Amino acid sequence: MSDVLKAPLVVEFPFTRSLGPVQSAFLTGLRERTVLGVRTGDGRILVPPVEYDPHTAEELRDLVEVAPTGTVTTWAWNPAPRPGQPLDTPFAWALVRLDGADTALLHALDAPGPDAVRTGMRVRIRWAAERTGAITDIACLEPYDGEAAHEVRPHDGVFGNPVTGIVAPARLDYTYTPGRAQSAYLRALAERRTVGERCPSCAKVYVPPRGACPTCGVATTDRVEVGPRGTVTTFCVVNIKAKNLDIEVPYVYAHIALDGAGLALHGRIAGIPYDQVRMGLRVEPVWSDDGRHPDHYQPTGEPDADYDTYKELL
Amino acid sequence: MTAHRDVAIVAFAQTRHRARTEELSEVEMLMPVLHEVLARTGLKTSDIGFTCSGSSDYLAGRPFSFTMALDGVGAWPPIAESHVEQDGAWALYEAWVKILTGEADTALVYGYGKSSPGPLRDVLTRQLDPYYLAPLWPDSVALAALQAQALLDAGDTDERDLAAIAARNRDNATANPFAQLPGARPQGDYVVRPLRTGDCAPVGDGAAAVILAAGDTARALCDRPAWIRGMDHRVEPHALGVRDLTDSPSTRLAATRAGAFDRPVDTAELHAPFTAQEVVLRKALSLGDDVRINPSGGPLAANPVMAAGLIRLGEAAARIHRGASDRALAHATSGPCLQQNLVAVLEGEPRDR
Ligand SMILES: [Zn+2]
Repeated sequence: MSDVLKAPLVVEFPFTRSLGPVQSAFLTGLRERTVLGVRTGDGRILVPPVEYDPHTAEELRDLVEVAPTGTVTTWAWNPAPRPGQPLDTPFAWALVRLDGADTALLHALDAPGPDAVRTGMRVRIRWAAERTGAITDIACLEPYDGEAAHEVRPHDGVFGNPVTGIVAPARLDYTYTPGRAQSAYLRALAERRTVGERCPSCAKVYVPPRGACPTCGVATTDRVEVGPRGTVTTFCVVNIKAKNLDIEVPYVYAHIALDGAGLALHGRIAGIPYDQVRMGLRVEPVWSDDGRHPDHYQPTGEPDADYDTYKELL
Repeated sequence: MTAHRDVAIVAFAQTRHRARTEELSEVEMLMPVLHEVLARTGLKTSDIGFTCSGSSDYLAGRPFSFTMALDGVGAWPPIAESHVEQDGAWALYEAWVKILTGEADTALVYGYGKSSPGPLRDVLTRQLDPYYLAPLWPDSVALAALQAQALLDAGDTDERDLAAIAARNRDNATANPFAQLPGARPQGDYVVRPLRTGDCAPVGDGAAAVILAAGDTARALCDRPAWIRGMDHRVEPHALGVRDLTDSPSTRLAATRAGAFDRPVDTAELHAPFTAQEVVLRKALSLGDDVRINPSGGPLAANPVMAAGLIRLGEAAARIHRGASDRALAHATSGPCLQQNLVAVLEGEPRDR
């Protein structure tokens, strides 16, 4: 459908995580070009290391250093790298058992093409030029013709200035589409009208409409124009300035029951001193400069509404 | 876990799964399915003892997105409700336990997901271990491809075998009016080698719902209830490099605990979003050629994330309802490379022959 409303929606967050002692030693080790594994009770060496045995749940702390070289245990050729992946040219994903380890580590393998990769091939770590104590300190793996670089040996896991946490940035790009009911609402707003939808079962008018009556669990299809005037049903005074919001404090944030609506929506009240806003105050929308939504509501000058007319909408 | 109280799936409904449903919000997509499944039993929302749903905020890109979908249930006066950030199959498990413990006699279970708003392959990386895996953004197809290559190396399958699995599932789907990809399709180019386009489930939007009921209530609501004889779910270690990717011991254990091996099944609905994963599951479940696998077409024909597992249970139950199966196995999975697996065994009452 070509008339579907769409907007980009970016979800972006820096995931801040603390590390346990084994993860801390492993990631600090990567910063120092040292690969650590952990030895289980039955003598297996897990790389990358974990703090609890995946089979017995026994606590693991016995660190060892393994080689930066290893053998591919399985692989997959990635012809079209995606955002955030270790290499931006075609590469192989590979599970690699580093020399001395009993389990495999996942990373990218830089190779000229799929014909250059096979299970059992020898590889080594290519270190990132700038290392911070993260899995990405391994830039990738690369083909390597040779035996293990050194023996497995115990390691105390102690490094200067240990890494105790990571910040893992994540960004996902969505295309938001609001659906039938909210699209109609947004379209009407662009014409400076407010439309709700009436429940065919209980007759309540929802503004903004979400397409369903939560009481009856049925679609709200009957479109109803409400407002533009309404009544303040309750309010609060905001005293803390929000980031990126150019509104002087204090200001009033209110629930407003538009005339004809079955529940209140929220909006800012202006055009009146903050300490004179009251329940029952009659207000009307003042449209934003681009005219696509009400920027705030201001008093109409009418007498206050009777409590009985809005008490159900509190 | 064995049932001490007889519980059955008595109704199932699903959407027509599509690549995009831009004109609908989640609740608008879900609501017709909820109405349909209730209509099948004649129950009203107020008759339902427990409601449980499965979905994921990461698909929508918005927090607490499931609360919006609740509008479609009719949650006033207050209902007993729960949600799992998981496939709806796990919501069904929770509802089953609720009925087994006697806290409810009926349950409405639903799962839904719109994969179209975001880049699904990247979105699913956010469920990975955040220290060693997620920072590398290994996408869902890449991880499944590693598993497929391990199977090829082990001699468990080959590319022709995988193509045949894709063809068989999509051919089965021609009889399924809800499927997104019914009928033959070219295997296409490699997405991540060795997996080609045809080896991968489609990305799409959809929802499903079932109603569970206990004992005589189930018999009153359905001519031939699909009795849940057992259900169990198990998980593998989360580090991929610790696992043998050619096998699924968690599926085998869940199947054992669900009683799947006590007697043969005639049907298996397997939640394998990639052809190679069907190879793993058939091995883990010891399914022979006499078992009808994915008569619905399975996830390779329609894969609404967070509903696809519940649909396996629903499709298996629906076959019992209409007499096409007497004892069916349903499997649901979650996580990379079949990390978590749920197995249920469903049976119909013996029929006069
Ligand atoms: Zn209503």
